[in-house]
Amino acid sequence: MEKNHFLKVFINNKMGKVGLFIFVAFILIATIGPVIVNYDPQVFGEKADVLQPPSRAHLLGTDDLGRDVLKAIIAGSRVSLIVGILATCISMVIGTSVGILSGYAGGQVDNVLMRLTDIFLVLPWLPLMLVLAALLGASIWNIIFVIGITGWAGTARIVRAQTLSEKERQYVERARSIGASDLHIIWHHIFPNVFPLIFANTILVTAVSILSETTLSFLGMGDVTRPSWGTTLHFAFESGALSNKAYWYFLPPGLCVLMLVLSFTLMGFALDEIVNPKLRER
Amino acid sequence: MSRKYLIKKFAYVLITLFGVLVINFFLFRVMPGDPVSMLVRNPNANVETVEKVRMQYGLDQSMFDQFFKYIANLAKGDFGTSFHYNRSVNAVIGERVFATVLLVGTAEIVAIFVGVLLGIIAAHKRGSRVDVFALSFSLVTYAMPSFWLGIILIALFSGLFGILPTSGMTSPALYFATGIQKAADVAAHLVLPALTLALVLIGEYMLVMRSALIEVLTEDYITTARAKGFDEKTILKNHALPNAMIPMVTLVAMSLGFVITGALQVETVFSWPGLGRLMYDALQSRDYPLLQGIFYISSISVIGANFISDILYGYLDPRVKE
Repeated sequence: MEKNHFLKVFINNKMGKVGLFIFVAFILIATIGPVIVNYDPQVFGEKADVLQPPSRAHLLGTDDLGRDVLKAIIAGSRVSLIVGILATCISMVIGTSVGILSGYAGGQVDNVLMRLTDIFLVLPWLPLMLVLAALLGASIWNIIFVIGITGWAGTARIVRAQTLSEKERQYVERARSIGASDLHIIWHHIFPNVFPLIFANTILVTAVSILSETTLSFLGMGDVTRPSWGTTLHFAFESGALSNKAYWYFLPPGLCVLMLVLSFTLMGFALDEIVNPKLRER
Repeated sequence: MSRKYLIKKFAYVLITLFGVLVINFFLFRVMPGDPVSMLVRNPNANVETVEKVRMQYGLDQSMFDQFFKYIANLAKGDFGTSFHYNRSVNAVIGERVFATVLLVGTAEIVAIFVGVLLGIIAAHKRGSRVDVFALSFSLVTYAMPSFWLGIILIALFSGLFGILPTSGMTSPALYFATGIQKAADVAAHLVLPALTLALVLIGEYMLVMRSALIEVLTEDYITTARAKGFDEKTILKNHALPNAMIPMVTLVAMSLGFVITGALQVETVFSWPGLGRLMYDALQSRDYPLLQGIFYISSISVIGANFISDILYGYLDPRVKE
């Protein structure tokens, strides 16, 4: 598909436009925000600052340790985004490799890889992630690893199916008949044709990764030295912000997660419509 | 559905089960922080104590022997002794099963009913207000962490209106109350956690029902039925729905397998004494045998549910022959 045409369809799609707008806004907050506000989670406020409602000094109030909630959210946006994106990269690399290899090689290789994928597909993801995170220890890199290593099975399945149908195309046969190597065919013919699907899938997987990170951190597996939105929610819940009716403490981080994940799903849906023309007709 | 299909699916189940067993075994033994190193962090622990603990957990044997002993124990249904409760893992888990089944069961029934109904209306009247509402609803509930949805509901119904209990399954004050009073008390405690879980599921079910029905409604045989002059209601009820329900049935069967995953967040927020909360507590106290037991059970339930959903699919959809 031509690139300009691709962009045009994407921008003309209302969902895609809204999603892209929210996503760019969060990217800006995550890149520029922490430079401006300079938030240090280890610096606590005075006793008078504890759980104060929103005011001019603290636009979103303060938390149970007297820290500014807005600053925590701005700093957290970077953590949530980085973890979500890096974990997705791991998932996509594993999922794409397994999917293409399995679909292209076929036979026993396919059989073994698909059984492995089945296992990862049925492993209860949240308990598995929690157990892994607990065993490895709470650090941002472990969280990225855990989410990445558990989230690739669905992608592998989709990529395999697409590879199977690409493999049967005539041009692949022609390429092979003039002596192209398997690696060449995979890299120059299969991969570019599977790529649009992978790209649309990446966006949806990122949404899941961000949700996973939030949940893991909320359940106390987060890196407290680099608090994400989930970590903030963890402390809000543990410190009893709910019974103290400190709405400014537990509402905004959750809303941010909601908006960011929503932006990815909207973009994913828009892309899906482009990649699957069948959907557009309906 | 042929016998070959059944046998093949069953073989896959066994392979998957074995894979899960292997992962479960190595996860808890090879990773840093195995039971013994956790237990003997105490600097006063002498060599003999460490050896004793190692022997107690069979860690002095070879990895191979350990693995076979582990499989043998699992076959007997023995998960060992919980560090924290100092009772058999079986007993601890057994006490919590009912609460989770009650919570998830209630949520599933509500979600299936509402989700299917909403999905049908949305697909039937595409682009209508109901459709747009239903779509936005499922998009938003999907994007929300379910624990946060629970927090919001607590803030709304107990913080703002102050009408529903938000923690646990029973009120301690009702210890001497009659059976009916106790049941009503449990029901009141059940409302918010079940609602949280149901809201998340409704979005998912509605979306699948909607797209399945839309897909079916574009098929040629529906056009034929229309051409024959059947009214819309008959077409929907007798022609479209039976086929559109197939993916729903398998989805529900599969989602039942993720009982513990789904309940974990909600049970944690609402202190609901089920398996999910038990797992959270086991994580906090690093209770490895218990953790392993729950992890094992939750894997088994997913594998079982997948198998059932495969069978159902083969049974309901005659096109699956292989």
